[in-house]
Amino acid sequence: MTEFLKQTISRRAVLGAGLAGASMLAMPSILRAQDKSLKVGVYGGYFKDSFDKNIFPDFTKATGIAIEAVAEPTGEAWLVQLDQAAKAGQAPADVSMMSQVAMLKGQATELWAPLDMAKIPNGANLIDRFVNKYPDGRVAGIGAVSWYITLVTNTDVYKEAPTSWQAFWDPANADKLGLLALVSNSFLLEVTAKTFFGGTNALDTEEGIQKAFDKLAEVKPNVRLWYRDEAQFEQALKSGEIPMGQYYHDVTGLAAADGNPVRSTFPKEGGIQDSGCWALSRASTKVEEAHVFIDYMSQPSIQALLSRKVGTSPTVKRELTDLTDAEFAAVSSDIEPIIPRYDLYQTKSDWLNQKWTELIVG
Amino acid sequence: MRREAPQKLGDYGPLFFPAMMLIVFFVVPFATMIAVSFFQRQQGGFYVPAFELANYQRFLSLFFANVLGFSLMLAVTVAICCVVLAVPFTYLLTRMARKVQIVWLVALLSVLSLSEVIIGFAWSTLFSRTAGITNLLVMAGIMSEAKALLPSFGAVLTGMVYQAFPYTVLVLYPALVRLDPTLTEAARTLGASPVKAFFTVVIPALRNTITATLIMVFIFALGSYLLPQLLGRPQHWTLSVLITDQAIYQSNMPFAAAMAVFLVLVTLGLVALTVLAGRKGDAA
Repeated sequence: MTEFLKQTISRRAVLGAGLAGASMLAMPSILRAQDKSLKVGVYGGYFKDSFDKNIFPDFTKATGIAIEAVAEPTGEAWLVQLDQAAKAGQAPADVSMMSQVAMLKGQATELWAPLDMAKIPNGANLIDRFVNKYPDGRVAGIGAVSWYITLVTNTDVYKEAPTSWQAFWDPANADKLGLLALVSNSFLLEVTAKTFFGGTNALDTEEGIQKAFDKLAEVKPNVRLWYRDEAQFEQALKSGEIPMGQYYHDVTGLAAADGNPVRSTFPKEGGIQDSGCWALSRASTKVEEAHVFIDYMSQPSIQALLSRKVGTSPTVKRELTDLTDAEFAAVSSDIEPIIPRYDLYQTKSDWLNQKWTELIVG
Repeated sequence: MRREAPQKLGDYGPLFFPAMMLIVFFVVPFATMIAVSFFQRQQGGFYVPAFELANYQRFLSLFFANVLGFSLMLAVTVAICCVVLAVPFTYLLTRMARKVQIVWLVALLSVLSLSEVIIGFAWSTLFSRTAGITNLLVMAGIMSEAKALLPSFGAVLTGMVYQAFPYTVLVLYPALVRLDPTLTEAARTLGASPVKAFFTVVIPALRNTITATLIMVFIFALGSYLLPQLLGRPQHWTLSVLITDQAIYQSNMPFAAAMAVFLVLVTLGLVALTVLAGRKGDAA
């Protein structure tokens, strides 16, 4: 899932896209022939390339709907653009892949058109938590892909794989950890709550969150690097410079397959499962096509294909897919995951951010 | 040559283009930023136009005062290190043969073509335990075992001085080239050693240039946000890092704008003080 952050569009790709665009304009008949079309926003780079190559052509073949993939920036910039455009009645993309926090923020402004589950029969395949709902029960989005953040170690330095997130608190690991630098992408509060306070429900109250912060403060002396840039940590993990930390399960698996001395472990408390949703802008006029697209993407066979080709974890129930144990283990785990408390990052984001920054900077 | 004062509107013509550029690329964005800094943040959403001081209030805390203080201290340290290194270097450079000068200047210019990212990653490799320069010291028998030199304040400082050094030299170079060589010759004939002549004649003659260079490097260093992240610990993060966090990761534009406005005001204040102090020095 994270590979795409490291990819940049090559000059060749730009030239290619320019040429393709120019020839499209020169032959408008091709455009007209495909009267059914849909603009789909996916994270630019690796993600968009994989979807363009492995998913979209088959979709067009199966449904006759042409897909125009739009590279969307990560973070919330895309949400801002969609929101501004919707106010003007425009949709830069009909369907977009959105993070969970962005889904909640979009709900606040009624940006997402409610989806009709009757038109998405494959929606029944989904694991419940991947159906994103408005507070009144209307469906705002459908799980597109999910991925795990797990406990990673350098195998040269740690001969035995750690079994619990508690390893972060072990005084023996002083100055050895690499952790994500933001409260809203490291999800360490949830990890602390699950590991020491019985579950993420412990974060329901401010006192509970404060207790988690206090416990998390004990990790600080063990942290060598608080990273925003993934390449920075990945490099240090491979070389053993920073031999332990939290990182993306899929990318770590790829690095290990390339022969690097790294491993990803699902701790007994569970890996952190983050995910993206398909959501339809309220300004879109392609409501029918969007439902067809989302239904298509929710098929177990397509989710299995995504696991194999893109490295994401399926959003449909495992038993419905034909993934082998090895294929499933490469992207996921049967251990109950830690689900981030996205609601907190919407309702308490400034307070959490301030406490977090004071914790790690102070 | 005598310059005529502009007589009619047309005489101001050549000024229109730069003025337009200044307005479009500086005044308008800066005014937007000031406006946004008073807007109301909507948690879990974006922001709405308003006039409130909450964003500035949030900034006025001991925590942010410490971060601001560290950022200013870091920028001043970088400026002083750069100038202390670059003045003697550039002075010696200007005394060299033309060909040698060109080689040095091209080398310095090529450093400018490196992005902050490349500089950051290069130094983080050089300072690492597994592949860093301490391994060479171990091989030479000076150290017993390799160790990591980062994250640390020294690493941040090194990276930033490395990045700002070429600018410093390029700003100092024209002034030093034009420096009248008869000044030092006179000092030498009056019995001063080369070192003494450098400190008592060259440095005072360049006082204004050096002040201007210090200010330039200071401002340049103040905006750095990548190197402190790559080479330092969280306590070495500058205010610019926190501004980026707010703007990009928290989508809290009003607060980010308020911090940026504050940083600009403090910077302008410090520059004004420096210039004033310089004037006083001249008058004395």
